[in-house]
Amino acid sequence: MDAIFLQILNGLDKGGAYALIALGLTLIFGTLGVVNFAHGALFMLGAFCAVTVNKVITLSAKVRDESVTFFEAYKDVPYLEMWLGDTGSLIIDWSIPISLVVAIPVMLGVGLAMERGLIRHFYKRPHADQILVTFGLAIVLQEIVKAFYGANPIPQTAPDFFSGTVNLGALIGMDLTYPTWRLVYFIFSMGIIAAVFSFLQFTTFGMVVRAGMADRETVQLLGINITKRFSIVFGLAAVVSGLAGLMYTPILPPDYHMGMDFLVLSFVVVVVGGMGSLPGAVAAGFLLGILQSLASMTEVKSIFPGIDQIIIYLIAMIVLLVRPRGLMGRKGVMED
Amino acid sequence: MTNQKNGISRRSFLKGSVAAGAALSAPALWVQGAYAGGHGFRNDPTNKATVTLGFNVPQTGAYADEGADELRAFKLAVKHLNGEGDGGMMQTMKPMNLKGNGILGKKVDFVTGDTQTKSDAARASAKRMIEKDGVIMFSGGSSSGVAIAVQALAQEMGTIFMAGLTHSNDTTGKDRRRYGFRHFFNAHMSGAALAPVLQAEYGDERQVYHLTADYTWGWSQEESIQKATAAQANWKTVNAVRTPLGAGDFSQYITPVLNSGADTLVLNHYGKDMVNSLTQAVQFGLLDKQVNGKDFQVVVPLFSRLMAQGAGESIKGIIGSTGWNWSLQDAGSQAFTKSFGQEYGFPPSQAAHTCYCQTLLYADAVERAGTFDPVQVIKALEDHEFEGMGNGPSLYRGADHQVFKNVLVVRGNQNPSSQFDLLSVVDIVDREQVTYSPDLYAGDLGPYKV
Repeated sequence: MDAIFLQILNGLDKGGAYALIALGLTLIFGTLGVVNFAHGALFMLGAFCAVTVNKVITLSAKVRDESVTFFEAYKDVPYLEMWLGDTGSLIIDWSIPISLVVAIPVMLGVGLAMERGLIRHFYKRPHADQILVTFGLAIVLQEIVKAFYGANPIPQTAPDFFSGTVNLGALIGMDLTYPTWRLVYFIFSMGIIAAVFSFLQFTTFGMVVRAGMADRETVQLLGINITKRFSIVFGLAAVVSGLAGLMYTPILPPDYHMGMDFLVLSFVVVVVGGMGSLPGAVAAGFLLGILQSLASMTEVKSIFPGIDQIIIYLIAMIVLLVRPRGLMGRKGVMED
Repeated sequence: MTNQKNGISRRSFLKGSVAAGAALSAPALWVQGAYAGGHGFRNDPTNKATVTLGFNVPQTGAYADEGADELRAFKLAVKHLNGEGDGGMMQTMKPMNLKGNGILGKKVDFVTGDTQTKSDAARASAKRMIEKDGVIMFSGGSSSGVAIAVQALAQEMGTIFMAGLTHSNDTTGKDRRRYGFRHFFNAHMSGAALAPVLQAEYGDERQVYHLTADYTWGWSQEESIQKATAAQANWKTVNAVRTPLGAGDFSQYITPVLNSGADTLVLNHYGKDMVNSLTQAVQFGLLDKQVNGKDFQVVVPLFSRLMAQGAGESIKGIIGSTGWNWSLQDAGSQAFTKSFGQEYGFPPSQAAHTCYCQTLLYADAVERAGTFDPVQVIKALEDHEFEGMGNGPSLYRGADHQVFKNVLVVRGNQNPSSQFDLLSVVDIVDREQVTYSPDLYAGDLGPYKV
C-alpha cells in the first residue's frame, strides 16, 4: 500500500510537468489554432533561465587552493560570497526561487516574440506547415542553447530548506517519507493550474479569451481586438511552460534536449485529454503520470516486462480507439 | 552478330559491362592499395614524418565528464611522447623504451572524435579516423557497449584499439579481439575486490536490491557482484531491475526499493546515471532507514572521483571500487598527478589514468617491436609485464588482452582535506586476489593477420 502511494506521488510530480506543458499547448491550440511543436523548447528555455541565473550569481574568482600541495590548484569562490559573506551564500542557495522572478518576464517576452515574429504568419496555413515551422523553430532554439551551454546536463540544486525529505506518514499513519522538493513541485504545478483557470474564469480578459475560443468571428464583430489578446495568451502559455521547466531542474538536470523528451509525451497527453480541452489536458497529464509510475512497480513489471516504457502510448491507443476525440475532447476540433 | 532491334551490339554491351565493373570496383582497389602501402598493413607511417593516433571519446551523453578527462590525458600523453613537459610516468614506467622523440622517432599527432556514448556513432567516428585520418592506433571509451562495438571494427580493419574506460567482463571475455587491449579493470575484479570489504563492513545475510544500467556493462556488473557477495557473505538478491541508460529521473525505480524488504541497494550505474540515481536514493531517505534490523546501505560497485564530485554530499560513506585514485603515494601515480595537475589545475580521474597508460603502453610496445606493424605490436603487448604506472606490477595477459593489477576499494570521504580529496582508499586489493582463469569468460581473440 505504501509503495502504491509513493508511486502515485511520483506520478503526480511527473504528471504536474506533463499537465503544465499540455495546458500551454492546449491554450495555444484553442486560441490560435496552432499546433505548436516548439512548446517543449519553451519548457527547456525555462529550465535554462534557472541555469543562467545560477551562473550569473555564482560568477567566481579563481583563488589559490592551499590545501592541494601536489600542484598549483585553484578553487572558484563566488564574488557574492566574497562580498556579502553568509548573505551571498544564502542568495546562491536560493537561486531557483530567484530565477522564477527573472523567468516570468523573460518567458513572456520569448512567447510574444515567437508569436509576433514567426507563428502569426502561419495562422492561415495548413496544420502541416505549422508543425514544420514550429518543429524547425524548436530545433533552432535547442541548437542555440547547445552552442551556449554545451550538450551535457547541468545539475541544479534546490534550496537547502527544501532539500530533505518530508515524513508524510505522520499525517496518514504510514511509514512514508518523500523528497521535499518533489512535493513543492506538485504544489507549485497545482497552484499554476489554478491560477490559469482562475484567470480565464474570473477576469474580463479571460472571459473575452474564452469567448474568442468559442467563436472568434463574433467576438471580432463586437469590436474586440481578439488577435492582441490571443498573442498575450501565447505569452502566458510560454510562461506556464517555462516555469514548469525551471522548477523541474532540481529533479532532472536540464540539457538542451529535455524539451523534446517532454514534448512528445505532452502531445500524447493533449490527445488523450482531448484536443482543445483545458481540463482534459490537466486530467490526462496527471493520469498518465500516475499510470507511468505505477507501471514501474516490480509487481506490474513481473507480469508485463517493459510495460513502464510503453504504457503512455498504450493508453493513448486505447483511448483513441474507444473515444476518438480523447477523454474530454469537443466535437469539431481538428475535424474539418 | 548485332542486335539490330535495340541498336546495341554484343561487343559494345560487353565493353560497357567491363567498364562499369572497373569503375565500381575502383574505390575498393584504391583502398586496398592504401591498406597495402607496400608494407602489408594499414596506414603505415614509415614514409611520413609524423604518426597519427585517434582519440575517440564521449564528448556528449551520460559519460561525457569521463570523456573530457580522457581527452585531457591523451593530449598530455602525446605531449610527453613528443618530449614536451616533465615526462610524467615516462620517468617511472618500467620497462621503458620511450625516448621522448615521438614513437620510433616520428612526432606524434592526433585526431579526436565524439562517440556520443552510442555504439553506432562511435563506430562511424572510429571508421572515419582509420579511413580518412589514417590513424595507426585508436583509443578511448567510455561505455563497454561502445568499446565492444569499436573493438570488432578494429579487428575488421586491422587497426589496434587500446580501450579506455570499459568495465564489462565481455570486453576481454566473450567479445575479446586480437586487436583490442584493455588496461582498465573489470566487473569480475570489482566483485572479487569488494566482497570481503562489504562483508567486513556490513556483515552477512543481506537482502539486496539491484538497479542496473540496461546494457552489457550493467548486466556484467550485476552478475559479478551478485556472485561474489553470495559466495563471500551469503547476500541474497531480492530484485534486480534494469534501467535505461541516461534515464535522468530514477524516482520511479527507487520508490519500489523502499518497500521491497531489501536492506541494501546496489547501484550498477556509472557516470551521470550514477550521480542521479545515488542523489535521488539519498533524497528518498534510503540511508536513514532501518530494514531487517540493519541500517540500510547503498553500494556503488564502480565509482570515480568525477562521480563523487557530481554526487556531492550523497557519496559520503558509500563504498565502491575504482581502478586508480590520484591520492596513491607510489612514484608513478605521483608523477602523473603532478604532471596532469600542473597542466589542468586539478587531478586526473581513473578514466584519465587508464587512457594515459594505454597511450604510453602502445608507444612502448611499438618501440620494443621496432615497427608499427600491428601484428608485431600485438605480440609485444601480449604477456608484457610492466610497473611504475600506479597499480603495482601489472601483466597484459596474452590469452584475453586484459591487464591484471591491483584494484582499489574506496569510500566517499566523510572529511575531505581538499576539494579533490573525495575518495578515501579502504583497501588496495592485490592483483593475485582478482586474477581469474581466461576460460571463465571464454571468447576467441581471432587471428593476428586480417
